[in-house]
Amino acid sequence: MAVVFKKTDMLTDAPLHYCPGCTHGIIHRLVAEVLEELGVGDKTIGVAPVGCAVFAYNYFNCDMHEASHGRAPAVATGIKRTHPDACVFTYQGDGDLASIGTAEIVHACTRGEKFTTIFVNNAIYGMTGGQMAPTTLPGQVTTTSPYGRDTDHCGYPVKVSEMLSTLDGAYYIARVSVDSVKNVIQAKKCIKKAFEYQLAGKGFTLVEVISSCPTNWGMTPVEALNWVREKMLPYYPLGTYKDKGANE
Amino acid sequence: MEKHLMKGAEAIAEAAILAGCRQFFGYPITPQNQIPEYMSKRMPQIGGCFLQAESEVSAINMVYGAAGSGARVMTSSSSPGISLKQEGISYIACAELPCVIVNIVRGGPGLGGIQPAQSDYFQCTKGGGHGDYRLIVLAPDSVQEAVDFTYKAFDLADKYRNPVLILGDGMIGQMMEPVVLPEAKTEFVDKPWATTGRKGKDRRIINSLYIDPAVLEQINLELMKKYELIAKNETACEEYMADDADIIIAAYGTTARIAKKSIKELRAKGIKAGLIRPITLWPFPSEAFSKAADHAKCMLTVEMSCGQMVEDVRLAVNGKVPVDFFGRVGGMIPSWKEIMAAAENTLKGGKN
Amino acid sequence: MTHELIIAGFGGQGVLSMGQLLVRAGLIENKEVSWLPSYGPEMRGGSANCSVIISDEPVVAPIVTDASCLMAMNRPSLEKFVSSVVPGGMVFVNSSLIDIKVERTDVTVYYVPCNQIAAELGNTKVAGNVMLGAFIAATGAVSVENVMQSLSQTFKNKQHLLGVNREALEAGGALVK
Repeated sequence: MAVVFKKTDMLTDAPLHYCPGCTHGIIHRLVAEVLEELGVGDKTIGVAPVGCAVFAYNYFNCDMHEASHGRAPAVATGIKRTHPDACVFTYQGDGDLASIGTAEIVHACTRGEKFTTIFVNNAIYGMTGGQMAPTTLPGQVTTTSPYGRDTDHCGYPVKVSEMLSTLDGAYYIARVSVDSVKNVIQAKKCIKKAFEYQLAGKGFTLVEVISSCPTNWGMTPVEALNWVREKMLPYYPLGTYKDKGANE
Repeated sequence: MEKHLMKGAEAIAEAAILAGCRQFFGYPITPQNQIPEYMSKRMPQIGGCFLQAESEVSAINMVYGAAGSGARVMTSSSSPGISLKQEGISYIACAELPCVIVNIVRGGPGLGGIQPAQSDYFQCTKGGGHGDYRLIVLAPDSVQEAVDFTYKAFDLADKYRNPVLILGDGMIGQMMEPVVLPEAKTEFVDKPWATTGRKGKDRRIINSLYIDPAVLEQINLELMKKYELIAKNETACEEYMADDADIIIAAYGTTARIAKKSIKELRAKGIKAGLIRPITLWPFPSEAFSKAADHAKCMLTVEMSCGQMVEDVRLAVNGKVPVDFFGRVGGMIPSWKEIMAAAENTLKGGKN
Repeated sequence: MTHELIIAGFGGQGVLSMGQLLVRAGLIENKEVSWLPSYGPEMRGGSANCSVIISDEPVVAPIVTDASCLMAMNRPSLEKFVSSVVPGGMVFVNSSLIDIKVERTDVTVYYVPCNQIAAELGNTKVAGNVMLGAFIAATGAVSVENVMQSLSQTFKNKQHLLGVNREALEAGGALVK
């Protein structure tokens, strides 16, 4: 029988625990497919965060560390400095990376640590039940901003890709989305490019993936993807924010 | 054997390198800066990695990453910085990763001061971070012991897959004494559990998350079994003129050296004083104190703290004899005369 | 025999190096030695001091509270530490910078014009060695030759300075003899 589809070997057979309509599953698969296509499964060490992707170590079929909240870039630094030839990545959400772990990501980036970060931005704390995230949009209702995020009171969302791209240590920074087939294909291209740069020994690489959270946004999966397009993408424009390799 | 004159902090760093440590992650804080400074000079010369992290929090997580992927790795700090590392240490203990942590203690609480203290005893021996776990805690009293214990700490860490903490104070770090350095280690234990990339084998996971309570209970029980084994195998103390002593002074680290001088002077006056110096603060040498309590009339614990180790001495003695306490704090160092006076007072039934 | 010393002065006078020089010389003579500096903000331009022990027996407590000898390079150091010297002990006073006398009568006092002699030798930086020379001549704690040997090891790239350092040690010693 002709094989028309085969799941990538870089994902285990463990059933994903993510909610229906959550785009973490797509992002996992993109990362795993890229690792498989690059043939680096045997030398990859991943770092899972605290947040919805806390169990990522059960899903990626490679050596994995589970880090404490926000510290994945520090853990990845320790790993990569021990095994400079390994392929090292962190997979982090917005609370993990842009709130509690801000120092770690900024300094890993500015040091030019040669690993890849997959940053999943869904503008909310998912695992803990829908609290306000550093990337929650102005006016967005969450369980800790029940009247909508009031920027006078709690400030503005952090635009991670824009911020990190100002650092000299950043080699490649791109923001992508997985709300449509076209964008999924583009997302995979960017993720692959980031890993290729890492394997070539270049600097720090990060791909921010705009993601949806139907459960905590209180929407159907389709409504959630529409909300991504209507609300999130205007605030978080897609594109390549830094690509040192393009000029070399 | 050739003796080198070395500062404690530099001796600790060199001993770590001789023990095969090739990864060091730290953050500046007084009074331990000579350790990272020494590492920053030596590591590039020998193909190792010294990295100054953005914080102690980050440094200990770099240690977590490096230890999990098989490195002989160390970090050093001083009291407030060690507080910041506690979360990471708890994860490392649960994930059963070997590493060495050096705490050159300064006076606290809070920002405290920068002079020598022993006020982190509770933090270091009772856990420090969240959850049920133990560190192996070694307390050197000289630069030579700082070298020997650091060297041994890496082997202990690997043997038990457990973090080992070297507890010194500003005096140990700054003091210069002659030392004999050990030979550079060339053979190391295999670490099949470490993440190095699958390399064609089953994948490895470094983790401290066990969401199923039944599983987490088992993890805890297994850790406890390991700690019991460590206590059985590794407990160490020094006894000095303790055999016939009427009064046993309990002290560790540099305080024990000062106490030895007091004991000499007490003996010269005809007072039978002796010392029990815990070398492993965890596991605590309870047995030695319990046995000594069978012949001594009383005990006096001397610390540069408000009274922390004294609790372990009292638990060990279990009410057999009175256990008094004398301490200086805030970076003040007890003098041998003060300790001598305190001991005489304790012997008379007074309370210090 | 155990020599328990406090060497004190202001930052920049080289009091920590003076102590290190002595313990290195002591080590060459197979003696038991320890050196413990004061550390912290006071190092930055304020006062500096170190505890030095040179002994035939293992060093017990490395911190010197009852000194057999004090070398005071400036007045605040003398005032601070003179009471730490045991009866029968020695006090070495840098009389170039210290304009007071030691009032205690139970200690032997040597007034050594360290800076003046160093200036006469043409190098003000060797004032500390003038003091060490006096100390060595009075106590015999270590030999001048071994101090020179440890200096030679320390001054790997400054061998041309060894001559004036020896002259300083000898000039200090001559004052005591």
